[in-house]
Amino acid sequence: MSLLDIRGVSKHFGGIRAIEDISFSLKSSTIMSIIGPNGAGKTTLFNCLTGFIKPTKGTIVFAGTDISGFSADRVTRLGIARTFQNIRLFGGMTVIENVMVAQHATIRSNLFSIITRTGTFKETERSVRETAYEYLEFMGLESAAEHTAGSLPYGAQRRLEIARTLATGASLILLDEPTAGMNPLETDGMMQMIKNIREMGKTVIIIEHDMKFVMGISDRIVVLDHGVKIAEGMPKEIKNNPLVIEAYLGKEAH
Amino acid sequence: MTAVPRYFSRTLLRSSIISLWSAVLFLPFKGLQASLMLFGVLFLLILLLTLAGTWVSPRLTMAAAVRERMHRHLPADRRYLLLFLLPALGVPFIAQNYIIDVAVLAGIYIILALGLNVVVGYTGLLNLGFVAYYAIGAYSFALLNTRLGLGFWSAMPVAVVITTLAGFLFAVPALRLKGDYLALVTLGFGEIVRITLNNWDSFTNGPNGIGSISAPTFVGISLVTLSAYYYLVLFFVLVAIVVIGRVQRSRIGRAWIALREDEIAASAMGVPSTMYKLYAVSFGAFWAGIAGCLFAAKMRFISPESFTFMESVLILCMVILGGLGSIGGVIVGAVILVILPEILREVQMYRMLALGAGIVLLMIFRPQGLFGGRVVSSRH
Amino acid sequence: MLLQQLINGLTLGSVYALIALGYTMVYGILELINFAHGEIYMLGAYLGIIILGFLTAVGLTAYSMPLALALTLLLTIIFSASYGFTVEKIAYRPLRAAPKLSPLISAIGVSIFLQNYVMITQGSTDKVFPSLIGSAGFTVLSTRVTMLQAAIIVVSGIIMALLHAFIRSTRTGKAMRAVAQDRSMAALVGINTDTIISVTFIIGSGLAAIAGLMVSMYYGLVNYFIGYSAGIKAFTAAVLGGIGNIPGAMFGGILLGLIESLGAAYISSEYKDAYAFIILIVILLVRPTGLLGRDVEEKI
Repeated sequence: MSLLDIRGVSKHFGGIRAIEDISFSLKSSTIMSIIGPNGAGKTTLFNCLTGFIKPTKGTIVFAGTDISGFSADRVTRLGIARTFQNIRLFGGMTVIENVMVAQHATIRSNLFSIITRTGTFKETERSVRETAYEYLEFMGLESAAEHTAGSLPYGAQRRLEIARTLATGASLILLDEPTAGMNPLETDGMMQMIKNIREMGKTVIIIEHDMKFVMGISDRIVVLDHGVKIAEGMPKEIKNNPLVIEAYLGKEAH
Repeated sequence: MTAVPRYFSRTLLRSSIISLWSAVLFLPFKGLQASLMLFGVLFLLILLLTLAGTWVSPRLTMAAAVRERMHRHLPADRRYLLLFLLPALGVPFIAQNYIIDVAVLAGIYIILALGLNVVVGYTGLLNLGFVAYYAIGAYSFALLNTRLGLGFWSAMPVAVVITTLAGFLFAVPALRLKGDYLALVTLGFGEIVRITLNNWDSFTNGPNGIGSISAPTFVGISLVTLSAYYYLVLFFVLVAIVVIGRVQRSRIGRAWIALREDEIAASAMGVPSTMYKLYAVSFGAFWAGIAGCLFAAKMRFISPESFTFMESVLILCMVILGGLGSIGGVIVGAVILVILPEILREVQMYRMLALGAGIVLLMIFRPQGLFGGRVVSSRH
Repeated sequence: MLLQQLINGLTLGSVYALIALGYTMVYGILELINFAHGEIYMLGAYLGIIILGFLTAVGLTAYSMPLALALTLLLTIIFSASYGFTVEKIAYRPLRAAPKLSPLISAIGVSIFLQNYVMITQGSTDKVFPSLIGSAGFTVLSTRVTMLQAAIIVVSGIIMALLHAFIRSTRTGKAMRAVAQDRSMAALVGINTDTIISVTFIIGSGLAAIAGLMVSMYYGLVNYFIGYSAGIKAFTAAVLGGIGNIPGAMFGGILLGLIESLGAAYISSEYKDAYAFIILIVILLVRPTGLLGRDVEEKI
């Protein structure tokens, strides 16, 4: 059974059709890439999937629940977490606090236990901190745990954003251009990390422009152009698809 | 070698232009003589400050580094803070009545400022009408006490529930707004509450206010003496510090700060933003309610005059002066702003002038407050 | 009775509209609620009285009344505009890159400062504007309109038309619109945005000063705290018309003036000052883009 089922999703802004009638489905523990030229509607699709915008038409079924129209925080609590194209960290909080915020929905402390500092509360807080630290280790950020998030170098900020999505406990992770602005060495490291995330049993969807990266990591690729899905398949199939080549190189290349 | 005289003549020119400009602007308001005096004073002042500035600024950076290092060496266990409690406990034994009186007032303002800090400092929602909750708390308490004859310990919980509820009910529609629009709506709310208190004669006794509120009692003893009342206020201040501190260091506090830092990212982390903003506003109103009750019981008389927009600004200043989001900073800010006017009684006329100028200077030179490390709500 | 209230409302509304223009222009360019703008209006009212008093003392008023009035208007505008320019330079310019709420808090500081500045130098008692035109007037449809009311409505109308033309057709006006649209883009095409921002403050303050002068003549009395409530009301007017929208501010000002005077006459005069706040809250909650505004979406 598939983890995610997108059926006929469209989003119109006024008269502009940002995405039109997009359908695909995704199995657990796979990595899918969404590629396409600028303005193809990739980020709009992400925003629809994560509840930041409501699709005009269509349904999104995640793990058996129709989540179309749910609010962003509810979608996250159901198990889809994302990163942002232009990194959105809690800049004034420390690195570890960023990851602790992400565990918000996984813990249940009420006002009474917080104020009286019950044993359970202290235990929960300790485990939140430990879990946060584990995710930081996983993304290679443990040495920066007490630094302010806003002071991290760019690549580390991207990794922290991913650590945060993992800490939400989500089973589907959406990464919006995870290697943007990284050097080749950092990109290779990122590729390994994303593969590790798949090994954890999570499912990943990536928006990415770096073709070498996409071809090297994806189990499946969806290609969008002008808001429409023009191809879907294994990396090898996509590489030789004439429609894809045309979308990327433009008609004048013929 | 020519750099020094050039720098000096530039400074001279700059100070004369600024002081001349100010003197001309001042001219219509106080006449030629005062204007010339202002020119002279400003000219010398700017000259001195500029020259002093080149000497001071590298030393300021050094001082900041020293403070940073000290911060790192403070013990992680916060129990050493209890040491601060000792002098607070001793105040009624060593001080005159006048000083205890000021201390009681400072205590009430600390509670208010800590409450507002939850809203502005943690959650990043600017509130310019916080005095409304203070007023609702004080009036509910006064009315329950004088009309229904409820004593301190039964009137207070009811009044605080009413205030919290008022905070919640107003926040439900208001929180659809963000940033400065939200700030203005809260200002409007504060003014409407004051105007209503002022005009609803049959219920609130209008501008004449409510008098003969009874003093609080504790296990049968009337807390009518000043020192007894001091300990009552101190007790609530300590409760506020402990409770707010604990909530801050929990999932709720983290969610608030995350909302301040980036609301979109917070909801992407599963934080329901509207719900947590409602929590913050209601929680803030709760403390304003307590402060309102303490104020009414202390003064034994309240009127709308105590709950003006300036009062909201003053509480906000306490929060930003010491440092947004830091409990210690807010306490220091409240104490400074209560004590300063008392010291400056001689030059009372210039008090508000200095407050206004102080706010502007603070925003320009130290927006994170005197002791805080963080800046006012960041938005993109 | 109704017509009389309409005339009163229109007079009041023209004044709100003049002040509201300053709010709306500054917000359009800086997204800053210039909380101190009401104080510039208050300064204008005081300056009018002071300058006219000075001109009377030197004998100009006795020599030629119109000349004295014209000179008073001119000097009031120049001084108030200089104050507006200075406030921007000192209190807002250093905060351009600061978090969004810092300039608003700074503006509150300026407002407190200016109020007390005037109170200390001019005293806390009411200041009286010498009655020059008296209560001369004329009657239309059995409704009395004083010369001053007529003058306020006409002058406001002319000034707003001039401002509209200025922003539509002059080079500076076009630059102002460009900066309001996109500040960094405007800077890229060679517009000096700092100058344009200063010009905006100067124009806004000049308009507020005219409003202040007219109001002090109309009521005959001013006080150092009139800026706060007038400021809030004018801001409400700007929000009513959609903040950042210049014709909207004029429309909002007049609408608010009418609501206030009709509300005071037919509903309750005790709550007169609450109407603006209620309207402000309702508009912001129901239609934050104003009656004439368009919707905008937040970027993710």
